[in-house]
Amino acid sequence: MNVGIFILVSVIKIALVFFILLTAVAYTVWLERKVVGHMQNRWGPTRVGPFGLLQPAADGVKFLFKEDLTPPHVHKTLYIAAPMIAVAFALTSIAVIPFGNWVVLGDIYTPLQITDVNIGLLIILGLTSLGVYGIALSGWSSNNKYSLLGGLRASAQMISYEIALGLSLVGVLILSGSFSLREIVDAQAGHFWGFIPKWNIFYGGQFVAFFIYLMAAYAETNRIPFDLPEAETELVAGYHTEYSAMKFAMFFMAEYANMITVGCLATILFLGGWHGPIFGPYILQTILPVFWFVAKVFVFMFIYIWVRGTLPRFRYDQLMAFGWKFLLPLAIANLVITAFIVALKS
Amino acid sequence: MHLILFLIFGAVCVAGAVNLLLQHHPIDSALSLVVVMGALAAEYLLLGAEFVAAVQVIVYAGAIMVLFVFVIMLLNAGEEARSGGSRVAWIFGVPGMLIGSILMAWILLKHSGTSRVEIGALPGSPQDIGWLLFHDYLLPFEVTSILVLIAIMGAVVLAGHAQSQTRAIEKKEG
Repeated sequence: MNVGIFILVSVIKIALVFFILLTAVAYTVWLERKVVGHMQNRWGPTRVGPFGLLQPAADGVKFLFKEDLTPPHVHKTLYIAAPMIAVAFALTSIAVIPFGNWVVLGDIYTPLQITDVNIGLLIILGLTSLGVYGIALSGWSSNNKYSLLGGLRASAQMISYEIALGLSLVGVLILSGSFSLREIVDAQAGHFWGFIPKWNIFYGGQFVAFFIYLMAAYAETNRIPFDLPEAETELVAGYHTEYSAMKFAMFFMAEYANMITVGCLATILFLGGWHGPIFGPYILQTILPVFWFVAKVFVFMFIYIWVRGTLPRFRYDQLMAFGWKFLLPLAIANLVITAFIVALKS
Repeated sequence: MHLILFLIFGAVCVAGAVNLLLQHHPIDSALSLVVVMGALAAEYLLLGAEFVAAVQVIVYAGAIMVLFVFVIMLLNAGEEARSGGSRVAWIFGVPGMLIGSILMAWILLKHSGTSRVEIGALPGSPQDIGWLLFHDYLLPFEVTSILVLIAIMGAVVLAGHAQSQTRAIEKKEG
């Protein structure tokens, strides 16, 4: 494949993935409003389009045309930069996520992934840890006590839970022996006894790691039951209190893009990625892996929304105690036991 | 291509370091340091040490510097007052630093003994680093971890001491 075709294919893939990601972000918001509405015996959005399906478009137009206020006495550069930092890092991590197998179109042979790097997982961890700056700086630069408290809570929470999150992933890394997300998925192909899929969640006791990952992921994305940074009963709206119009929309997009990335990562690491029943002609064999991948991410997102509709918020000391005194020791124990089993087997 | 990128990121790194010294506000300085860390990570990546690059971003730019920013935010540190600096520092410091860095560069270029190395020729993969850490350098690695543990325990003892003192004062008063 020569350089020109490589660049063309890459640009097409980036545009396509970006378009799908932004659409997914918009429709996750719609899905959340709809599902939580039905859980609370309401209808959710119904007015714009059939089933309120055009609501995201209406919201986007609304955000674009609202007045963009900059309050006095803010640190102007950081105030403007913070939402950009948040959304940029949130959208970048999709670049290393693999959605499916290799595809062949004529003599072009390319993976369904923007780029396959051998430290893919570390890149995602690095990008999420840099995303904290967007939230911390927005809280500080707004010159507002509620924003500052929200920003402090968010950064403390994200640093604390990132340790448990990282340790929960090491078990999977030991089992698959690679940082490349594609190789991690490839290691989960096949079945036990012919019918149980060889996904990491069923293998080597990694359901404990999955549980830790799930909890830490909710805390990392500041979602209920860990949404203390934007606890509206005490902090107005937390770190984005002073933001309006498109700047607020950027924080919103960053939060939902992070949720989708976390869902993709859970699918890749624990739920077998794009593996699933594959049959039929060639065209179906190309589409089905992507379908299984999207279906698994969808289930993960639905659980996110389900939890939001079910659980109340933790207290802050409960949050910290849960992270440091329960999840962290559990993650270490899981790591030691997994390493022991793998060492015994080899 | 690699060389051009390497020079660009080197320039970004130096610019960030200079900006760190010139800024008046602690948060601006801390963010300049983040830029330095990020540029260093890019340099490691260009040299073919992708694992070190990723760890540089996760640990330094992502965790340690977030804690710096966190503490600055928590203390609500304001702008620093400028002093002109001592004249001796200007007269001796700047030429001294220049001579020192030129001397060091000269010694490294003259006596390092290593000729040019192709990118990726030296081992830098996670497997290589893990093997070195847990096999060849196991003892230094474990000793370092014990040192860190001692530092953590020291911090806990100091913090706990202050807390028990305030509690004792509260008991006396209440």
